[in-house]
Amino acid sequence: MMPHCRYVLRLADTNLVLAQRLGEWAGHAPALEEDLGLANISLDLLGQARLLLTHAGELEGRGRGEDDLAYLRAESEYLNLTLVEQPNGDFGDTIVRQFLFDAWQLELYRSLAQSKDGKLAAIAAKGARETSYHLRYSGGWLIRLGDGTEESHARIARSLERLWPFTNELFDGDDVDRAIAAAGIGPAPDSLRDGWSRSVDEVLVAATLTRPAPATFGWYGKQGRHGEHLGYLLAEMQSLHRSHPGATW
Amino acid sequence: MIDSTKEWPLYEIFIRAKSGLDHKHVGSLHATDARMALEHARDLYTRRQEGVSIWAVRSADIVASDPAESDAFFEPARDKVYRHPTFYEIPDEVKTL
Repeated sequence: MMPHCRYVLRLADTNLVLAQRLGEWAGHAPALEEDLGLANISLDLLGQARLLLTHAGELEGRGRGEDDLAYLRAESEYLNLTLVEQPNGDFGDTIVRQFLFDAWQLELYRSLAQSKDGKLAAIAAKGARETSYHLRYSGGWLIRLGDGTEESHARIARSLERLWPFTNELFDGDDVDRAIAAAGIGPAPDSLRDGWSRSVDEVLVAATLTRPAPATFGWYGKQGRHGEHLGYLLAEMQSLHRSHPGATW
Repeated sequence: MIDSTKEWPLYEIFIRAKSGLDHKHVGSLHATDARMALEHARDLYTRRQEGVSIWAVRSADIVASDPAESDAFFEPARDKVYRHPTFYEIPDEVKTL
């Protein structure tokens, strides 16, 4: 698979897996209003994933559409970031995962809006508007919980420590990323780090949270090497389509 | 984190459908603070492009008339037909009054 297609698939899978994770909150969020808020974000991400999957299928040129790519690939063929496959945990875990991701995705989309791949640029421009709102939502909650009660502060600080190491992968470039940057299709992952750090630090300060120390190890979800959690997510997401191929409603 | 035995404060939500129109009451929701009330209102009431502007007001800050006093408040207006401008002749040219 050529780097261009592989790169778009990484973006698509990252959005798709996070959309599925957020969908798990439906009916379980702490308040009806949050149920809808999380579902809205999930549907935005799903919409972005669909456009990206379709685009990846066209780049691949083997006739695979969005459904084939979403429902008929195995775990090792999924190229999402490891951060987004992490389980929802409690509401604070979900908020931290969302916040670290939103801040990154906004930087990425702003950069991708100048991509030489016109279709990708258009998807990114649309996505940036949605992502700005997601960041407002997740950042607002991070501040509320961090600067909230003693318990909410302690718990959100623990979530932040636990999820922080997964951010290494956001900025860790490999051969695919280098080929993409050289072709002017996407930014070098490392180039997003400063903007991301600024926007993350600003919210962490308001939330009275301390930025965790850098972790030394890396994760490789975007190369198809996943942790233990993704398989269960895909099994649930794909079961209907695999049992009833081509089912519609 | 969230004490489910304690309800979040209620906010009343008003949406302006497009520039130039009034904000109309569309419903209410729970939120812990003003910022969250606006975000919830956006997510609950403007999903289908229903509005261009949102007002959120703490329900507790609204002063309302008492339904039990509606006789004293509203009944006296019933027989004062002269308060309605119904005795004027409207020229045919005026269509939209």
